[in-house]
Amino acid sequence: MAAAAAPSVVATTAGASTAVLSPRPAPASAFLRRTYVTSHRHPTLKCRRAGPLTPAAAAAAAGGSSPSSAVFHGEVFVVGDNIDTDQIIPAEHLTLVPSKPEEYRKLGSFAFAGLPSAAYPTPFVAPGEESTRYTVIVGGANFGCGSSREHAPVALGAAGARAVVAESYARIFFRNSVATGEVYPLELADAGAWKECKTGDVVTVDLGNSVFINHTSGKEYKLKPIGDAGPVIEAGGIFAYARKTGMIASKAAA
Amino acid sequence: MASSVSAAAKASAAFTHKKELAAATAPAPTQHRAGTGRRTKACRVRAVASPARAPRAPASTGSVKTAMTMTEKILARASERAGLEPGENVWVDVDVLMTHDVCGPGTIGIFKKEFGEDAKVWNREKVVIIPDHYIFTSDERANRNVDILRDFCMEQNIKYFYDIKDLSNFKANPDYKGVCHVALAQEGHCRPGEVLLGTDSHTCNAGAFGQFATGIGNTDAGFVLGTGKALLKVPPTIRFVLDGEMPPYLLAKDLILQIIGEISVSGATYKSMEFVGSTVESLNMEERMTLCNMVIEAGGKNGVVPADETTFKYLEGKTSVDYEPVYSDAQARFFSDYQFDVSKLEPVVAKPHSPDNRALARECKDVKIDRVYIGSCTGGKTEDFLAAAKVFLASGKKVKVPTFLVPATQKVWMDVYSLPVPGSGGKTCSQIFEEAGCDTPASPSCGACLGGPRDTYARMNEPMVCVSTTNRNFPGRMGHKEGQIYLASPYTAAASALTGYVTDPRDFLM
Repeated sequence: MAAAAAPSVVATTAGASTAVLSPRPAPASAFLRRTYVTSHRHPTLKCRRAGPLTPAAAAAAAGGSSPSSAVFHGEVFVVGDNIDTDQIIPAEHLTLVPSKPEEYRKLGSFAFAGLPSAAYPTPFVAPGEESTRYTVIVGGANFGCGSSREHAPVALGAAGARAVVAESYARIFFRNSVATGEVYPLELADAGAWKECKTGDVVTVDLGNSVFINHTSGKEYKLKPIGDAGPVIEAGGIFAYARKTGMIASKAAA
Repeated sequence: MASSVSAAAKASAAFTHKKELAAATAPAPTQHRAGTGRRTKACRVRAVASPARAPRAPASTGSVKTAMTMTEKILARASERAGLEPGENVWVDVDVLMTHDVCGPGTIGIFKKEFGEDAKVWNREKVVIIPDHYIFTSDERANRNVDILRDFCMEQNIKYFYDIKDLSNFKANPDYKGVCHVALAQEGHCRPGEVLLGTDSHTCNAGAFGQFATGIGNTDAGFVLGTGKALLKVPPTIRFVLDGEMPPYLLAKDLILQIIGEISVSGATYKSMEFVGSTVESLNMEERMTLCNMVIEAGGKNGVVPADETTFKYLEGKTSVDYEPVYSDAQARFFSDYQFDVSKLEPVVAKPHSPDNRALARECKDVKIDRVYIGSCTGGKTEDFLAAAKVFLASGKKVKVPTFLVPATQKVWMDVYSLPVPGSGGKTCSQIFEEAGCDTPASPSCGACLGGPRDTYARMNEPMVCVSTTNRNFPGRMGHKEGQIYLASPYTAAASALTGYVTDPRDFLM
């Protein structure tokens, strides 16, 4: 894969982050990752690459990065097939701008507000609350279909969800989840898990072992490895990852 | 398993589907340069599965090129690659980046955060900023979002910003256009062979011009704003061959609903949808846009229609930027092929609550409806209103339910008020609509297609049944979660307005 076409690609050795232009120091992030009592992370997990960085490898395909080993515990929220972005975040809330911290939080409070109450009597965010009790979302096929609105994965992440575990994803939702680093879009190896789970079941998502465990039902499900998207999400999204690995042409602060 | 096309055509089904993993299908004519005449429709003989070949290393001189589809060629050129294959991730140069009032502020926020408060966009002439979603509302945040766009455009000296300040009278805003995808086309920003990205899923609309156009999120768009590049995975192409004379009661909306019903809302996920055939060639640009517009509803990454005389004529006088169309190679490999005999199709709707919940319009004639909505990038263009007017004219009666008309752009609004409707003795669409008892055509914008703030014109604020020319009917799409939306063509929408039930337009057009 030719590196010629890439912006400011710099071959760096593992761990270093030299850049053509000095990257901006990460500002006090509007999206401070909330640490939950229920989520465990290996503190030393960073992006480690075996060789020169190419943008394609960094952002998606070819190998080289270390596998993710994040583990999440918590309660699960269950939805079915074809959950579209209007159900995840109704359009009337799109006046909220995700890059403004106050409005980011508000988006979280409206996560899944579009789900019909007849089919989903338990709300994702309890009335009067701003965040959710559910760490993991389980879904069926084509999760996140519909609009390209980035507000969708942002709302889920802002509400406090850490991972979606679904049979398949609509491509823009998948891409937005990775680019923002808001939620892990994990794929199940087989279909039908959502039918065997109930909202409120206690679950574990183990990325290192690529498994989704429902402790309440006693069932386990294989996950497809998240691959190169994992380090991007862990870093906090595509920009954070690109800064860390020195590939983005960013302007130095002041 | 291969079979000849003539055998397929003889089949009673209106379509055939073949999964082609081997090389080579139709003997389509060789590549076209701009203006060298249209491709001749030939009887397509399928190749019998070609013998498997051992893989060979590509020649290093670059003189040997792999056959590519249109989409692959566009991405190859944009990434300066001699050849590429589906599945590869490539960095492309972006020709145009579009954003609007819903996603623009978030995109701008990310751009400034990541590239610096004083950063400049990569090219002030390649960014097109079009407020269109939540415009005619008293919602303060919505209004503020347009202000955010304006501040950014002034600071960056953005060349194309279709601003609006006076919300009480859209005509008092000379720069304001309306719905972004229609404005992009009307203002000459869509050109064959180019890469157009937009912060809206219906950006695929522009594929009607033979370009690669797709929707992206705020973060990706923020990245493009700073660098002018995007990392894209090359999609394989599903080819849809639409042949046969278009019946007088069908529109492109029926064709795409037919297709989505065929392959489902995830049938084209991560794929490109290429529309070819004599029927496609007979469509005007707005109809081609309708076709490509709903590619996203099948999960598609992008849609393409090969550029031809119709395209070049449309573009005359709209753009001064040179463009070079590309065409799929005769030997290009497609993921799969679908063939449709359009002359056998009937008007269809998508029933609640999914765009792939296809049904014949005539089979829904007992569905009582509460309102009709004609508008949006999908069904609010000039051709769409001319089509609706045709049905009202043929009937001569009044609508039985509230019928909302929302022209997509200022230009469409003016056409509705000035273009004579064929066969009407010189009446304009607006006159015909008035005589039929429709609501007065509203200020151009996305309107109630996606609900919007509570005071949005024609928003569904109570549960009701609506026939709409828009693109999605998921729960809550037009406002109320229990609302029932039937997606339909402008012909079907107008016919339904006249009866108060979902109605096949042949009841009026034949």
